[in-house]
Amino acid sequence: MAGGTDVFPARAHRIAWGNPSEADWLDITAIPELRGITLSGNSWRIGAATSWAALRDADLPAGFDALREAARQVGGRQVQARGTIGGNLCNASPAADGVPPLLVLDAEVELASTRGRRRLKLGEFILGNRRTARAADELLVALHVPAARAEARSVFLKLGARSHLVISIAMVAADAEGRVAVGACSEVARLWDGTPLAPMDDVRGSAAYRHAAAAELVARAQARLAA
Amino acid sequence: MTALLVNGVPRELALDGGTRLADALRDSLGLTGTKLGCDAGDCGACTVLVDGAQACACLTPLGQCAGAEVETIEGIAATPEGQALMARFHAHGAAQCGICTPGMIVAATELLRRNPTPSEAEVEEALGGVLCRCTGYRRIIDAVRGVEAQAETGTVGARLPRVDGAPKLDGTERYGADLAPADALWLRAIRSPHAHARFTIGDVASFLAAHPGITRVLTAADVPGRNGYGIYPHIKDQPVFAEHTALYRGDAVAAVIGTRAALEALRLEALPITWEKLEALDDPRAALNAPALHAQFPDNVLAEGFVRSGDVETALREAAHVVQGDWQTSFVEHAYIEPEAGYARRIGDRIEVWSSTQAPAMDREEVAGVLGLPMEAVRIIPSACGGGFGGKLDAGIQPMLAVAAWVLDHPVRAIWPRSESMAASTKRHPARITARAGCDAEGRLLALDFEGIYDTGAYASWGPTVAGRVPVHATGPYRVPNVRARARAVHTHQPPSGAFRGFGVPQAAIAQEALWDRLADACGLDRLEFRIRNALVAGDVTATGQKLDHSAGQRLCLEALRPAWAELRAKAAARNARGGVLRHGVGVAGMWYGIGNTGMSNPSDMRLVLGTDGRITFFNGAVDIGQGSSTVLAQIAAEALGLPVAALRHVNGDTATTPDAGKTSASRQTFVSGRAAMEAALDLRQKILRGSNGVLGWDGALTLDGAPFRPSAPIEGLGRFDPPTVPLDANGQGIPYATYGFAAQLCALAVDVKLGTIQLQRIVAAHDVGRAINPTLVEGQIHGGIAQGIGLALMEEYLPGRTENLHDYLIPSFGDVPPIETILIEEREPLGPYGAKGVGEPALVATAPAIFSAIRDATGATIHRIPALPHRVLEALKETGRW
Repeated sequence: MAGGTDVFPARAHRIAWGNPSEADWLDITAIPELRGITLSGNSWRIGAATSWAALRDADLPAGFDALREAARQVGGRQVQARGTIGGNLCNASPAADGVPPLLVLDAEVELASTRGRRRLKLGEFILGNRRTARAADELLVALHVPAARAEARSVFLKLGARSHLVISIAMVAADAEGRVAVGACSEVARLWDGTPLAPMDDVRGSAAYRHAAAAELVARAQARLAA
Repeated sequence: MTALLVNGVPRELALDGGTRLADALRDSLGLTGTKLGCDAGDCGACTVLVDGAQACACLTPLGQCAGAEVETIEGIAATPEGQALMARFHAHGAAQCGICTPGMIVAATELLRRNPTPSEAEVEEALGGVLCRCTGYRRIIDAVRGVEAQAETGTVGARLPRVDGAPKLDGTERYGADLAPADALWLRAIRSPHAHARFTIGDVASFLAAHPGITRVLTAADVPGRNGYGIYPHIKDQPVFAEHTALYRGDAVAAVIGTRAALEALRLEALPITWEKLEALDDPRAALNAPALHAQFPDNVLAEGFVRSGDVETALREAAHVVQGDWQTSFVEHAYIEPEAGYARRIGDRIEVWSSTQAPAMDREEVAGVLGLPMEAVRIIPSACGGGFGGKLDAGIQPMLAVAAWVLDHPVRAIWPRSESMAASTKRHPARITARAGCDAEGRLLALDFEGIYDTGAYASWGPTVAGRVPVHATGPYRVPNVRARARAVHTHQPPSGAFRGFGVPQAAIAQEALWDRLADACGLDRLEFRIRNALVAGDVTATGQKLDHSAGQRLCLEALRPAWAELRAKAAARNARGGVLRHGVGVAGMWYGIGNTGMSNPSDMRLVLGTDGRITFFNGAVDIGQGSSTVLAQIAAEALGLPVAALRHVNGDTATTPDAGKTSASRQTFVSGRAAMEAALDLRQKILRGSNGVLGWDGALTLDGAPFRPSAPIEGLGRFDPPTVPLDANGQGIPYATYGFAAQLCALAVDVKLGTIQLQRIVAAHDVGRAINPTLVEGQIHGGIAQGIGLALMEEYLPGRTENLHDYLIPSFGDVPPIETILIEEREPLGPYGAKGVGEPALVATAPAIFSAIRDATGATIHRIPALPHRVLEALKETGRW
């Protein structure tokens, strides 16, 4: 457990419907290595337990604008203060707001275990709805972003059915170098490469709507960057 | 052991590090000002500050607070900054039911410390993590920003801050979950996960032997009295625990009693229950020709309401213009931020129930019924009510708590988790409406033909009330000489649909106002002027044959919108001329609403007592669910006594001490209980003065002609009012209500034609309330009703098993309610106290139709499937061929 903003609601729901989990929790937030945003050499390192609020309020180059905007729109300030970027990735919701900005940033995740460390591209880490490549004995300890990527201006657009506290129907992150990623319109958020998305039909929006909305958001993000 | 600082006091808690901070605060430290609304970070009611930053105490493990400084409402309320903020909330009426208020004040404190002069947008962003279901947020924004408030002292007509306001602000108010005997066991209902299923309960003894923390499993066989409750005397169809068959997902089939830990660890599969899934009906039209849910209603039609006047077919044939349409609405969840909670205890051969409710006297009847006890043996003590909106009119938690406490002879408490509350409780009826209407060439309405099928779900609840009320209101507040209107409440295997602010009328108003827009267009008339031309005025006769003699301010409401209508339409046209993806539009809708029960008695009794100490106690059985009845009734009583409101001490709701004021529903408390309070106060005054011309006064106790007045025995003033009505006959003819509220609202908005999203810009609401006893509270009702109307129109859709939480089920948040301008029209109602009638439900009815009118004005798109989620709006836009 890191910020707890996903595990506590899941626990409450399971208890309410008579299906409590018996798994123990390990709180990892006191591990110093999991904190902090630093630039070393040609790479930015973001500790996995960095909160949304820390990202939101950090002084970072323009490439992080999309990520910081996502942080500003995740939940309310309560969730931003406690929820973590690493938790957002490990929870692997199709609507995880952190994923498109990090795809545009070409982020890698760093996993550690007693067997050693390894790095994966973000796109190789999240495998599906609630599925990641993290092995049971591994911790996600950090994200790494190439410093060059972090210089291009970036934007984040989120579409939901109300103003605050809303799960995205669709969202788009884009940068001035033409990289675009779309979230909530496929099982895993992905870079926009012109191939068709495979959006889901759910209570928030139809698949057909998501197709149209994603294309529109992409166009708006690109127009904003061009302006 | 976790050491932390709570409100500046060092604390050491010997609790597991995974304990939620909320539980540590509430259960171990007794700091119940931190309220729990959703257990999922969706509502923000439990917001506290951890090292100065907002956190949901339901999402924060205690272990992460080691060495931290935690601030709760109790701590903030004790600071000068907290007190200043609370005073502003009080003066603005920014707290209604109060359940979200501690969270709001804590969140606002964080903002104001870093930014003492925030903009509106900064307030919305900083407080955006807290949901409010009552206020519509605008007053909260004003209070946080320090906008000057017009608080006054005085009686009728004064903007008096609410008399019960202080404890809602500082966290000391006690809601259902905030009080229980220390030794109370916990109850957990076992509910069907299936919409329709047969079940059998097997070997309970072995289950209990294997679960040491669990004391007892209760089933239908344990209900000592009648295993059924319900609103109507002849339909007690909702079982405390179902017998053999569950009729909806969420139907209670048993309850387990034990320690809280044992109940939380319970796995449903461990219970000896076997389920056999059966085919479930989820479409009320199909249900009309399907096997009956209840033998009493073989065609699944629980109730039918019908109104006929004139000759609809002939009138439509002869009409210059005829339009028609069909509409479908969704289940709407009340989403009161306080879920159902309370406790029951047995005292010898009596039972006491403490719980959150809108209708203590009705709860008393139901508890007596299921226990097989005389009414005198049952006492209902209402807790503060953290939101109701109709959803806490039905008994729900009370019967099962009472049965458990009675059978075990031990106190038993329960708090329904949010998802259980949503699955189990009643909803607004989804409606399928088809309607036709016609007018002459000059735009005078001639006829309306209305057919509504309302999905009433598995049990009766208030379904008959909805079916009865809808046809009466189907025309809206307009003269329509030829009417045929029918509404049927039809059983399905869905959650029971019951009472929800407006009893089916908001759904019907969507159809009616959409038809008027199209007729106005067909005639080439301005949509507002079309409505003014057809508005009911005093002297007109309604479709039920009722002549409106007084207080029919519909035309005045519509006319009051003319300046804003012209201004906003001009603004929209100018913006549209500039092009772009945003299309601007302005919509308008009218509404009327009968105050009190439909064509049946609904009395209220009130009692005031002057004690031998010269103090006056107001025994008021009307439950204040946040709307402000305690304040309004006190203003009325004080006015009639000729004394200040401060002269009254208040005893509210407790069935052991207050007379039956009837339920808090149907917008009736100001009108019905208000008149009863006025009569009681006049009675007391007369008994004190005994025909003399003396002058009553107040110097901390009663004075007569300036001298202290201390009666040798208590003097009691009694008042009763039952609005005069005439039951409807087979053609819906009669006098269903003694008076009506009227209103017209307009809405300016922009539609994003590429994304289907709606940006509300402004709402202007003109309401004829007879007399505004307390304008701040009236406006508070209007704001809150509009917010719920916005939710109904744009986002709220309860789907069993899919939107059983407050992140998949969306209610308006900060930023979803635009600036609201209220215009109060005061066409005095002679029957009402000082001319007043009701406003609680009228506030909501016109909002959704005004929004749809504006969407059509902006884009030409007509919304038939509600709520108008972005994907539905985009589909409707495509259908126009214009976008």
